[in-house]
Amino acid sequence: MGFLDLAGAAAPAAATKTCRPRPFGVQRIAAAFVLPIAALVLWELLVRTGLATGRLMPPPSRIAVTLYDLAATGELVRHIAVTLWRVVVGFVAGAAAGTIAGALTGYSPRLSRFADPTLQALRAIPSIAWVPLFILWFGIFETSKVALIAVGVFFPVYLGVSGAVASVDRKIVEVGRVFRLSGPALVRRILLPAVLPSYVVALRSGLGLGWMFVVAAEFMGASEGLGYLLVDGQQLGKPDQILAAILTFAAVGKLTDTLLVLGTAPLLRWQDTYGRDA
Amino acid sequence: MLELQNLTKVYPNGVHALEAFSLTVREGEIVAVIGGSGCGKSTLLRLIAGLEQPSRGRAVLDGATLTQPHPLVNIIFQEPRLLPWLTVAGNVGFGLADLAANDRALRVEEALLRVGLAGYGGRWVKELSGGQAQRVAIARALVTRPEVLLLDEPFSALDALTRADLQDHLADLWAESGTTMILVTHDIEEAAVLADRIVVMRPWPGRKLEEIEIALKRPRERTAPEVEALKRQLVAALNRSLDRSPGRSPGRSTDRSPVRAPENALGSEPVRVPFVP
Repeated sequence: MGFLDLAGAAAPAAATKTCRPRPFGVQRIAAAFVLPIAALVLWELLVRTGLATGRLMPPPSRIAVTLYDLAATGELVRHIAVTLWRVVVGFVAGAAAGTIAGALTGYSPRLSRFADPTLQALRAIPSIAWVPLFILWFGIFETSKVALIAVGVFFPVYLGVSGAVASVDRKIVEVGRVFRLSGPALVRRILLPAVLPSYVVALRSGLGLGWMFVVAAEFMGASEGLGYLLVDGQQLGKPDQILAAILTFAAVGKLTDTLLVLGTAPLLRWQDTYGRDA
Repeated sequence: MLELQNLTKVYPNGVHALEAFSLTVREGEIVAVIGGSGCGKSTLLRLIAGLEQPSRGRAVLDGATLTQPHPLVNIIFQEPRLLPWLTVAGNVGFGLADLAANDRALRVEEALLRVGLAGYGGRWVKELSGGQAQRVAIARALVTRPEVLLLDEPFSALDALTRADLQDHLADLWAESGTTMILVTHDIEEAAVLADRIVVMRPWPGRKLEEIEIALKRPRERTAPEVEALKRQLVAALNRSLDRSPGRSPGRSTDRSPVRAPENALGSEPVRVPFVP
């Protein structure tokens, strides 16, 4: 038995009767690429045929060259690594805090009456508004950036976990009571497994916000990172660099989301649902 | 021995669910509780299970007052209430978390064998039929070897054949384990086939109307004349519990009509109701 009382990846030997398309089969991956590739080809054609100038909106071929150049010098990897590191650290911190706060307020209505209004008020503050304060508190370097990302991740995770825990079926909770589970055991063996599906959704929206806030954080003064590439491209008038950074965001952001889905999929195999995995 | 002393429950919203219910349940006895809706049957079980606190009175098991869920008391609900994120084996072993993994696996295997689901341990809950799921729930309750098992209309959501099957199965399990059982049901046949004693409740507020001792031997044939006679006796008692004149059939009544004329799974003669003794 792991931390959560789940029949995890190792459990059932019996074959699952329901036969779904595998979430990452070749066909599905191909289908996912149809739209972006079509858009890229159209864009390239518009510039090549002279229907668009491509000055402020450079064609994919030029962005590819820019990306290649950035990659060749090792600069791109460095920027990605720095940004990814910030997102991951901020995400882990924010998600952990959001999970704990959400589990506590979801579990205890009394605690929720005290804490939830305050947290909701804090949530109403546009997170960018924290930037000046965080810079004063934590300085201009990494800590303030990670803190901002953590704040961004915290709220969707908190909201998702708290709401999901509070709405767990009373009937299932009673099973835990009949078996005399203590408070922590009830959370670990009933409440958290029961909310896992919505928890994964909450983590995914948290991660999305993490990527959003890393750009805000890197706008406020960074010497490296994908956000820095954006600012740098704007200041030096290099739209191809801006677009290269944007596309990199799309790719890396989608990749982390996919990893999150893949990583949690074994924990959700018990679900008996209409079945759109991922 | 389980003693219920003047159990009374008034819910915070003012619903007077149960009034001064007293009963002494002998060890190894099966007591069936029947009655229409609103007669406090489920409340009675929830009080014994420690899921609710009585407003007055108490339930005492072997000298200890039951105020919260007790390790020797388990309950089976109308719906299986299995945990979908656990396999069948995980569900059955849910109450055995304190045991070492080996011992737990052995007990689970044995329990699944006893409910006729040997080899199902690795299945997911979503792969079970309704009857199988309720068997798993029975195994989960019995695996902790409770002294008292409470059953809250455990088979009412199942089709007639599966229901009769599980009733027989429950009788077998009882014969092996000797567990004291309190069976709340609205199925007169279920009560007649399984119980040593039947308590008839009357509603608003729920209270005991009468107790019927049953001397019939087990296993009981559903179509045996004695069982048929008992079923007629129960229908009459239920009619009295609702203050109905004997001329009215409970099946056709228009107002609050919780009494189901016994449905017979095995196709015996329909019971003629009501019966005036």
